[in-house]
Amino acid sequence: MMDAGRHPNIELMTYSEVEEVSGYVGHFKVKVRQRPRYVDMALCTGCGECAEACVFKKGVPNEFDAGLSRRRAAYMPMNGQGVPMKAVIDDQACLFLARGKCTQACMEACPTGAINFEQKEEVVELNVGAIIVATGFAMFDPTRLSAFSYGKSPDIIDGLQFERFSSATGPTQGQILTAEGKKPDRVAIIHCVGSRDEHTHSYCSRVCCMYSMKHAHLVRDKTGAEVFEFYMDIRAGGKDYEEFYERVQEEGVYFVRGRGAEVLVLDDGQLQVRAENTVLGIPVQINVDMVILATAMESQPDADKVASIFGISRSANGFFQEAHPKLRPFHTNTDGVFLAGACQSPKDVPDTVAHANAAATEALSLLSRGEVVISPTIAVVDEQLCSGCKTCISLCPYSAISFVSRDITGVAEINEALCKGCGTCVAACPAGAITARHFSDQQIMAEIEGLFRIPVAAELEKELA
Amino acid sequence: MAEQFEPRIVGFLCNWCTYTAADNAGVSRMEQPPNVDIIRVMCSGRIDPAFILKAFAEGADGVIVSGCHPPGDCHYSNGNFKTFRRMPLVEKVLEQYGIEAGRFHWGWISGAEAVKWAQLVRDFTEQVRALGPLNWKRELTSKED
Repeated sequence: MMDAGRHPNIELMTYSEVEEVSGYVGHFKVKVRQRPRYVDMALCTGCGECAEACVFKKGVPNEFDAGLSRRRAAYMPMNGQGVPMKAVIDDQACLFLARGKCTQACMEACPTGAINFEQKEEVVELNVGAIIVATGFAMFDPTRLSAFSYGKSPDIIDGLQFERFSSATGPTQGQILTAEGKKPDRVAIIHCVGSRDEHTHSYCSRVCCMYSMKHAHLVRDKTGAEVFEFYMDIRAGGKDYEEFYERVQEEGVYFVRGRGAEVLVLDDGQLQVRAENTVLGIPVQINVDMVILATAMESQPDADKVASIFGISRSANGFFQEAHPKLRPFHTNTDGVFLAGACQSPKDVPDTVAHANAAATEALSLLSRGEVVISPTIAVVDEQLCSGCKTCISLCPYSAISFVSRDITGVAEINEALCKGCGTCVAACPAGAITARHFSDQQIMAEIEGLFRIPVAAELEKELA
Repeated sequence: MAEQFEPRIVGFLCNWCTYTAADNAGVSRMEQPPNVDIIRVMCSGRIDPAFILKAFAEGADGVIVSGCHPPGDCHYSNGNFKTFRRMPLVEKVLEQYGIEAGRFHWGWISGAEAVKWAQLVRDFTEQVRALGPLNWKRELTSKED
């Protein structure tokens, strides 16, 4: 990310949202809505003085710490490690912007005068040749599975919250502590929370086994606590992954084969995990000080909106649909739009890097070629027959048909680069003016006639007998 | 013993879903009667109602139209929705021509549902067999005479 931010040929547009995409491969028009960050990017040095000065001391939950700490209205995104490393003012939280009353201490504190409450939302229009969608994933909300008691005790956390505890820039400066501030003696990790479950997501999220083992390793390393992993199967496919599984076992982590059934918060605040040990065939219950839930990866909540903006479809599990599961895993059915990373399916870091590199390479080779190859199976309009009724225009799923003026009336015109040859317009044209190349009306009618010219096997047999 | 009637059925299938399913059913050697002749179109939205009438007029005893599951399966975003809108109208037209509802089937089968395709072929063939020959072609030509 740092490299992308510094690269002279890459323009990062953070705090922005794509609102509309029109055009076609090699010639997309993209409307981007840039939200105001109320900080002049050219002047801000990223010193963080404004965040110190912000009078909203109570603050709001810090998204980057998975809600474990709080931040003020003026803040440095990602605890000061964001790209670009510039301050931002949250207009929902800011007392001046949201309620109109504040001493504006941040303005006084800023040594370069970068804070500007006058900034307005801007819509920028870009002309681009190719688009890569890399919108990532969302984490499953474990409150949907009440059996795990998430939210009923501060010591029941999800994997992302554990990552923040274990990070040096996190709320505990990297120490793994219970809510009481003590090192835990026993920790349970529950796999497949929201994954491989017909009530939530039936797919395997692929990364949880490995990150749960990493968490187990970190807990052993940092606290020496006993760790119990409740798993259905360990999915350690990947280079050196099985070796890591063996190493974690050697470190003394207990692996209990069986899905974690429930987590109870006992009267004294103690946590109790209940599960079935399917190897021994007995139910088990273990009292622990901390529970880490390995929650599923799922598609972003606004994936449907993003899909319709970019003209991509979604698989049954909500992730974006690739053009072919094996041969075109980062293409979409819209030419010039590519997918990178976990927006297409759950992926770990090496797979995401490979996927993203492939998408970038495909996009670059498309641009450097300078011309595109299109399918010959497209629809064409016979201008002599077209009466200009416009029936076809609203039917086209790719907005490939436009209306062009001619001497007396207008006619439909099909953009060859946009047309995918579905033939919907051909079937609908009341004048029969549109032909689907290779699937013309005459061809299909001839096919039907041909079917009944050839006698079927039964009739042949009769003739022969 | 009376000879069993073998109906002729024409299937208009979209390239991406049902045609793939039919292909898979064949490759997987699923058992299905040989009565259905398939005509491939790129999208079920390409199926002009005239094709269906043409098939009956040429001598078909039954017609199947099948594409991708709505809403999201269509390779062309929403071609299947156009099929969804057109086919009930085709049903009305066929009714007015006096063709039994059981001779026309339209629906959705995804590329992964080869089993469902083979089942449809078995069931629909039996259904049309029970209805007997349509003889629409003979009727049409005799009227012309």
